[in-house]
Amino acid sequence: MKSSTKSQAPLLEIKDLNVGFDTPEGEVHAVNNLNFSIKAGDTLAIVGESGAGKTQTVMAALGLLAENGHASGQAIFKGNDLLQMSAAELNRHRGREIAMIFQDPMTSLNPYLRIDKQMIEVVMHHQGLNKNQAREHAVEMLRAVRIPDPERRIRQYPHEFSGGMRQRVIVAMGLLCEPDLLIADEPTTALDVTVQGQISHLMGALRDNSNTAIILISHNLGVVAGLCERVLVMYAGEAVECGSVEQVYYDPRHPYTRGLLESVPRLDRPEEQGLNSIPGNPPNLLTLPAGCKFRDRCPEASDACREKPPMQLDDQRHAWRCILGGDT
Amino acid sequence: MAKHSLRRLLGLIPTLLLLLTVAFFLIRVAPGGPFDAEKALPPEIQANLNAKYHLDESLLQQYFRYLGQVVSLDFGPSYQYKDWTVNELIAQGFPVSLTVGLTAIVLAFFVGTMLGIAAALRQNSTVDYSLMGFAMLGISIPNFVIAPILILLLAVYAGWLPAGGWDWGVPSMVLPIVTLALPAIAYIARITRGSMIEVLHSNFIRTARAKGLSESIVIRRHALRPALLPVISYLGPAIAGMISGSVVIERIFSIPGLGSYFVQGALNRDYTLVMGVVIFYGVLILVLNFLVDLLYAWLNPKIRYDQKR
Amino acid sequence: MTKNAEQQLVDPFEAALGVSDVKGRSPWEDAWHRLLKNRAAVYSAFIMGFMVLLVVFGPMLISWESDFTDWDYTSSPPSLESGHWFGTDAVGRDILVRTLEGGRISLLVGLVATIVSLVIGVSYGATAGYFGGTADRMMMRVVDIIYALPFMFLMILLMVVFGRHILLIFVAIGAVNWLDMARIVRGQTLSLKNTEFVEAARACGVQDWAIIRRHIVPNLLGVVIVYVTLTIPQVILIESFLSFLGLGVQEPMSSWGALVSDGAQDMESAPWTLIVPSVFLTVTLYCFNYIGDGLRDALDPKDRL
Ligand SMILES: Nc1ncnc2c1ncn2[C@@H]1O[C@H](COP(=O)(O)OP(=O)(O)OP(=O)(O)O)[C@@H](O)[C@H]1O
Ligand code: SF4
Ligand SMILES: [Mg+2]
Repeated sequence: MKSSTKSQAPLLEIKDLNVGFDTPEGEVHAVNNLNFSIKAGDTLAIVGESGAGKTQTVMAALGLLAENGHASGQAIFKGNDLLQMSAAELNRHRGREIAMIFQDPMTSLNPYLRIDKQMIEVVMHHQGLNKNQAREHAVEMLRAVRIPDPERRIRQYPHEFSGGMRQRVIVAMGLLCEPDLLIADEPTTALDVTVQGQISHLMGALRDNSNTAIILISHNLGVVAGLCERVLVMYAGEAVECGSVEQVYYDPRHPYTRGLLESVPRLDRPEEQGLNSIPGNPPNLLTLPAGCKFRDRCPEASDACREKPPMQLDDQRHAWRCILGGDT
Repeated sequence: MAKHSLRRLLGLIPTLLLLLTVAFFLIRVAPGGPFDAEKALPPEIQANLNAKYHLDESLLQQYFRYLGQVVSLDFGPSYQYKDWTVNELIAQGFPVSLTVGLTAIVLAFFVGTMLGIAAALRQNSTVDYSLMGFAMLGISIPNFVIAPILILLLAVYAGWLPAGGWDWGVPSMVLPIVTLALPAIAYIARITRGSMIEVLHSNFIRTARAKGLSESIVIRRHALRPALLPVISYLGPAIAGMISGSVVIERIFSIPGLGSYFVQGALNRDYTLVMGVVIFYGVLILVLNFLVDLLYAWLNPKIRYDQKR
Repeated sequence: MTKNAEQQLVDPFEAALGVSDVKGRSPWEDAWHRLLKNRAAVYSAFIMGFMVLLVVFGPMLISWESDFTDWDYTSSPPSLESGHWFGTDAVGRDILVRTLEGGRISLLVGLVATIVSLVIGVSYGATAGYFGGTADRMMMRVVDIIYALPFMFLMILLMVVFGRHILLIFVAIGAVNWLDMARIVRGQTLSLKNTEFVEAARACGVQDWAIIRRHIVPNLLGVVIVYVTLTIPQVILIESFLSFLGLGVQEPMSSWGALVSDGAQDMESAPWTLIVPSVFLTVTLYCFNYIGDGLRDALDPKDRL
């Protein structure tokens, strides 16, 4: 659908990103040598188990890591490296060109300020609208995310909203400035299926109308399939597979991706066969193994996997980090 | 909110009653009456005096008489200061104490929160460590230690400020107010630092930063109020602490405030005066705590909301 | 139920749930390591240890008696020559001996009164928290009511009425200070009592008081330890406050507060009489506060960052 934009330079390019956290027990290697890029109008999904480093990847790009965290590598946004920017420079991009929808709807809104104040401030700050215009804009956005009676609700405090409602407010807040890049961290987790559909439809419309690029972090492979073109699968802070939705869903090359797909309940499989999650646990991020990080849990592991497997790439821009899979 | 306030206000009554009762009976079981010093009094004069002060009635009668008096805001005559009623003594001393206390609490609030925020924003820096070291010192040095030392340094040696006395002039106010405020400054700085650091780690601050707001707006608009809430709830105990602190401060600086009267009354067994001051300050503390509670609720939309329902 | 039978009932459960070592070795070890990393707390602990030794044994080692008046050296400044290393007061008494002996009283008051408030507070709070419901509401209402009293004034009143006996000071301070302890312990008990092992023990028919004693109290230890270290300096402060006003211990007994008060009288002519006890008192309070802070950080890892 967006084939005309495919050839242009990437909007955001993550190169060799490493994110570590200093803890009393040692350094937590949350993200390791990660590379990916996204163009305007593209939609990229990042999937992976809890703790895979999905959130910290985007936090690093936005300069929002916790104090004990540090990032190295590059995160080039419109030609400038976000990781090198001062807070003031970052603030020219954050909120206006890059919007973030955070994972936890219950705590991501300021409980001491009314919704209107929290929404208006973004628009006023970045678009120079006056208070009334900004409020009108915010009300429209709330209406768009299907919050009933937005004129009244916007004067309320976060605790007067249910979790799902707050999630929608957060989504609306992210969409307010029509950003070039929208990062949505589990934007639909707290919502029921119909609303999930509406929100992902809304994001799709934003992408199609304003050519917004979207990075969607999600556990929900259904939502991913509905909205995204490309999928990045992360495991223990690394990219293990990356490709189009079709490639990754129907032709997964990495054993971890296959495990992930098998753990999704599906209608075309009898119940007892479904939901077989991958046995074992992700490796300890304090002491990552040298070779393939999935080796402990991999059904196809061999001695060759003690060496770090290379990233394999086919001519369809489908990449995976495993010694196997090239011949299929 | 109004209903809640009313309920809270009514809840103060048992405390008040307990205060009155404890104070009353403590004093009445006390060995030695107020006129013991004048032992040579002929019995009939003694009896007259006792009758005048209703000391000849039964304890229970006296209790209810006193209750009635207090309800009508009359603390009776002072035993020690002849010709003075306790009300007059309170009216005399309280404005002085109020001036010192009010200035001290305002000073403590502003200085304390500013130091606390400064430390929080430079967490684990030299500034932070030294500020918190000083705050710990401020908590640990009692009023009555710091006061004479300041007098010695600033009044006796340097001669910049008067060593004591009260003339409603600023120089005579500086030392008492500062010494009274110091421990509260230290506590408030510690509380503010802790809560500010906690708030700055919360998710909604991350959201605010992601909006591209400048750090100073993030702090002022988003972090300040929640960070100050614990300070607000500390104001209640701070006020109570200051009121008792004022007792020694007034004594050290020879300030004719209510605390001075109280100590004097206590040492002289001036029952009515001591009772009057205890009850007066007791009520004051209760009322101020109540106001602090209202302020807290007003600043915290969640509580406001819960109370509306 | 006899003690033995009760033991037999409880123990299998503890073993089954892995709580037989109620202290749970590793969290305590963790806390200990965190505490050792807190330099301010460790130094404070050393200084306090030294202070206690000094106060207990110091007076025996110094040749002066605390009430000996050295008329050759009245109000004499600190000097090695005169043998009064920290000077003397207006009547020639050695300041160091007096300060050390005053320290005995101050520390003793701190300890005893804290124990009094500990005993009252823990039993009250644990009982209220354990039984919950109406009993808890009533008991906590009482605490609220007492809490709102202007207690420093009542304490002064108490001193005035009953005279200044040292025992009374212990009891009065302790009896007033138990409120915080009761509140904290009650809160902890409430949250603990629904945990699995307590429920298991109850399902097994173990009597209420036995559950309190065997399960809840040990688990409260952390909070209580922190609170005790923070209560001791508070109590010392209250005692010195009273003594400073002339309402605390009486001559010939002395405490740091009383010495500071004396010193403040003569500070213009003999500042050391003020400074020496002030330093002892402040250092003690400072150290206790740091130790308490360190313990709290160590035992309550959620505050870590
Ligand atoms: N401040 C921190 N200090 C230490 N470790 C951290 C910190 N923040 C995150 N981590 C660790 O980094 C790893 C990656 O975290 P991240 O939030 O990116 O996971 P995620 O993929 O988003 O998982 P989820 O699906 O649960 O959100 C986790 O193991 C987490 O424990
Ligand atoms: S490299 Fe080896 S262990 Fe790793 S995923 Fe591939 S086959 Fe499994
Ligand atoms: Mg996440």
